[in-house]
Amino acid sequence: MTTDHDLFAALAGTDEETRRLHDRLAAAAAGAGMLDVAYRTLDTPVGTLLLAATEEGLVRVAYAREDHDRVLDELARRVSPRVLRAPARLEAAARELGEYFGGRRSAFDLPLDLRLAQGFRRTVLSHLPAIGYGTTASYAAVAAAAGSPRAVRAVGTACATNPLPVVVPCHRVVRSDGTPGRYVGGPDAKRTLLDLEVAA
Amino acid sequence: MVISRSGARRRLPGVTLPPFETVVARHGPTVLRVCRAVLGPAAAEDAWSETFLAALRAYPDLRPGSNVEAWLVTIAHRKALDQVRAQSRRAVPVAQTPERPATDGIPGAGESDLWAALAALPRKQRQSVAYHHVAGLPYAEVAEILGGTTEAARRAAADGIAALRRTYRGGESR
Repeated sequence: MTTDHDLFAALAGTDEETRRLHDRLAAAAAGAGMLDVAYRTLDTPVGTLLLAATEEGLVRVAYAREDHDRVLDELARRVSPRVLRAPARLEAAARELGEYFGGRRSAFDLPLDLRLAQGFRRTVLSHLPAIGYGTTASYAAVAAAAGSPRAVRAVGTACATNPLPVVVPCHRVVRSDGTPGRYVGGPDAKRTLLDLEVAA
Repeated sequence: MVISRSGARRRLPGVTLPPFETVVARHGPTVLRVCRAVLGPAAAEDAWSETFLAALRAYPDLRPGSNVEAWLVTIAHRKALDQVRAQSRRAVPVAQTPERPATDGIPGAGESDLWAALAALPRKQRQSVAYHHVAGLPYAEVAEILGGTTEAARRAAADGIAALRRTYRGGESR
């Protein structure tokens, strides 16, 4: 006698069918203005990065050590639960990051959505692109540039909670003695990025 | 099953919805099997897509802790009915599966046997089988989706399964 499982085995879709339906859903969702957060992953010299974008722009870049599942949960909570893996919206971001890690790009030209950073942290992040490729600035110098020279620790917090690492270059903010200091992607990733920029 | 009405967006503190991607990954395969059981393979993909697009639209208003599978099957049920109506409007004979299962035992014809056996079931039996035996919903949920009593849903599913066992011997050597 056949079990229900055997009886209905032929109903199951193949992986390829499942993938195709998923992609069709992502495209339809984007077309209907319901793809609030699109994401993909990207393999890089500093590990697998999660890239996420709203309709306004790149909203999150996350290192693997941040736990991508937790980051997606956070996006669902803070931005919208309408979150789908949909690489199309992140094509430009993935291309520019690939060029950056290949040493062929020194600045990013991407629309950014900074909604995950607020207040002084956002002010700090807005000053970071002024630190040129291949150079560094101290936490104290960034505090001064942001108009609050005594807020050195707050600058450290802003960098540690940067929702867009690599693209918004918090890795170029270092200790006053010149040592790299802490980094959201870990000290090795910071070293890798700084070396990459010096070598290119 | 409880589905919050649109506009009634209530949140318990700390309780949030997972990313919709998780819903698709967790329930997409089951909903596809349900759509195929109710509609056959050709129309099932359209119904699946319509189901998940509608679910995505309503998702932010879904109360956390809801039975997501029952919610999706309820939507799939409505979308499948839309497909059936569209099919009967188009009424293209070549797209129809034969009413009676093939009995000539062609190797590899097992799948089409299943589609034919399912298509031969009365509508209520086919739906009850899909929602209870394929989706795994309890009869009370099936009854809520189809209208009618729990006992009627149980009987329709039992009759449907019995008919399938007579006409289709999937998974068995022949």
